[in-house]
Amino acid sequence: MFDEKKLEELKKRREGWEKSCLNPYLEKYGERDEMFETLSGIKVKRVYDPTDVAHLDYMKDLNYPGEYPYTRGVYPTMYRGRLWTMRQFSGFGTAEDTNARWKMLLREGQTGLSTAFDFPTLMGVDSDDPLADGEVGKVGVAIDTLKDFEVLFDGIPLDKVSTSFTINPPAAIILAMYVAIGDLQGVPREQLRGTIQNDMLKEFHAQNTLVLPPEPSVKVITDIFEWGVENVPKFNLISISGYHIREAGSTAVQELAFTIADGMAYVEAAIERGIDIDRLAPQLSFFFNSHNNFFEEIAKFRAARRMWAKIMREEYDAKNPRSWWLKFHTQTAGCSLTAQQPLNNIVRTTIQAMAAVLGGTQSLHTNSFDEAWALPSEEAVRVALRTQQIIAYESGIPDTIDPLAGSYYVEWLTDKMEKLAWKYIEQIRKMGEGSMLRGVLTGIENGFFVKEISRAAAEYQRDVEEGRRTIVGVNKFAIEEDLNIPILKVDEEAQRRQVERLKKIKAERDNDAVREALEWLRSAAESNENVMPPILEAVKAYASVGEIMGVLKEVYGTYRKPIII
Amino acid sequence: MDRKIRVLVAKVGLDGHDRGAKVVARFLRDAGFEVIYTGLHRTPEEVAMAAVQEDVDVVGISLHSGAHLTLVPKVMKYIEEFGGDLNELVVIVGGIVPADDIDKLKEMGVDEVFIPGTPIEKIIDYIKARVPEKKRTGEKV
Repeated sequence: MFDEKKLEELKKRREGWEKSCLNPYLEKYGERDEMFETLSGIKVKRVYDPTDVAHLDYMKDLNYPGEYPYTRGVYPTMYRGRLWTMRQFSGFGTAEDTNARWKMLLREGQTGLSTAFDFPTLMGVDSDDPLADGEVGKVGVAIDTLKDFEVLFDGIPLDKVSTSFTINPPAAIILAMYVAIGDLQGVPREQLRGTIQNDMLKEFHAQNTLVLPPEPSVKVITDIFEWGVENVPKFNLISISGYHIREAGSTAVQELAFTIADGMAYVEAAIERGIDIDRLAPQLSFFFNSHNNFFEEIAKFRAARRMWAKIMREEYDAKNPRSWWLKFHTQTAGCSLTAQQPLNNIVRTTIQAMAAVLGGTQSLHTNSFDEAWALPSEEAVRVALRTQQIIAYESGIPDTIDPLAGSYYVEWLTDKMEKLAWKYIEQIRKMGEGSMLRGVLTGIENGFFVKEISRAAAEYQRDVEEGRRTIVGVNKFAIEEDLNIPILKVDEEAQRRQVERLKKIKAERDNDAVREALEWLRSAAESNENVMPPILEAVKAYASVGEIMGVLKEVYGTYRKPIII
Repeated sequence: MDRKIRVLVAKVGLDGHDRGAKVVARFLRDAGFEVIYTGLHRTPEEVAMAAVQEDVDVVGISLHSGAHLTLVPKVMKYIEEFGGDLNELVVIVGGIVPADDIDKLKEMGVDEVFIPGTPIEKIIDYIKARVPEKKRTGEKV
């Protein structure tokens, strides 16, 4: 990027600076630490200069926003054209409770919805299942049948608001419910916008919402792709997620590498099925974490975009430039929040949100300050949303595109993250003897991902325990304190009300229609056909999430994770 | 005590957040305890059965699901049903537990609750002190 002669001069100049300026000063005052490193353990140099980025080619490695390889952003105007979608993740209690919270958030200026489901729904069991006892409506909304979805979306126009659904094993069922609500509201399927998370591979690495074994899980996801490109062409059919990998303790590099690897695995599964990659790719989206190390996070987002563009164009031969775009949602790091001095979390979240915006995210969730204690209270979630609005409307950060581009440090770090992530990807590809899909499945089977992440989590904790890593208010600047923030209480009656509604639906629905739809689903699953059409039929007949998942479990089997500490 | 302190680290219920449980298990093992980890998605019966069969001194239950007030007493009820002695067994809970609920859990007989951010050293010290203390006094919980 620079003239050879100038670089030589600069090198000499730097040696001169070290000798005459830096070293005497160092001798006298020293530095705070022997070594400085990012959260991924990348060693941070004292200072960066043009020699650190001289190998970069602006046109090839950065280029302008909206142009390959999209390092500076996927859109040519980025936030000057349109701000990111402010999409706070929320849900609790019954569909009524969540509908009320959603309307509050939309009133306060949130621009998209994002659904948190309770554990029974996430695991595909109904609210009246003994396994659901005590968990109904606790960490998200309880959904058993289409009836709950009707209540959830009451007064929310599907053609105006896009909704994201954080759901994995039952993703096909939730997509079917959304389509059914769209049908009821008279919104054409090709107009439906939204996202299902639908990323099972990362569940096996980290988040652990596990029902079906890995291979059938990928099969069902591929069914969703195949059906989705035909029927809901504006809907994001997957959100390939690093978020949970990071929450489970990975480094930023691992988050980047494993997410891209999973994305490649899904693309390979789709290609094997015969799906046209240029039809599917625009319906793929990503989901990343934004943690505390500001520059590392920005570099991660920029590297992710560049890597995905190269992969889609060069490895999978996608022709449509839209197929090369990596669009992503970001959530600030829940695992970085502290129960101690909870107001400090507002500051952490602000830094993380700024990193996401500087990294060019398409959509953002900012965590609430009370989340190390419970689901967010109304006040806490309002502050979290205001944090985004202050960045958007007061800070000036979104007024120019990718303002940190050209920073010697940021470009060096972007490159470093990419190189380190590629190392992992090549390792995974080797495990699959050339196939990323086989490689990821092998890595699940032999515990590779779990071990890598656990090791990183333990190392992080060791650094915290031994004081090498400071957590303000926890291992430094701690105080004696009484907790005096309001905590959201989920109504204990929610479970009873939910079970009653389910009972009522089961009594009133056409049970023959349910049986027929479930039989269709069974035969489709057994004969390896696409399960989406029968699932949609079952959902419309008010079959429950537990009943539909029950059929899939019987046909495909269930999965229990090996115990690895 | 001539044998190592035995600790069961348990995940109960449907939540899959096992980072805390696994990190604590690893550190307890490194601190010289004998640690048994149940793995994910265990029912209260399964956890209680493991505690009794493995004859542990400590049952550590990790929860991030908000279901602690339902699931923890169930585990304790089953431990007694399966012949465990809660007078001698130390029961600790870790995870996201609101302050009010910490008091409720303690009223139910839980010995201690550790919230996120607790230094693991503190958990280790607690176990080292509490296990012999409870064994000695057979303190009624």
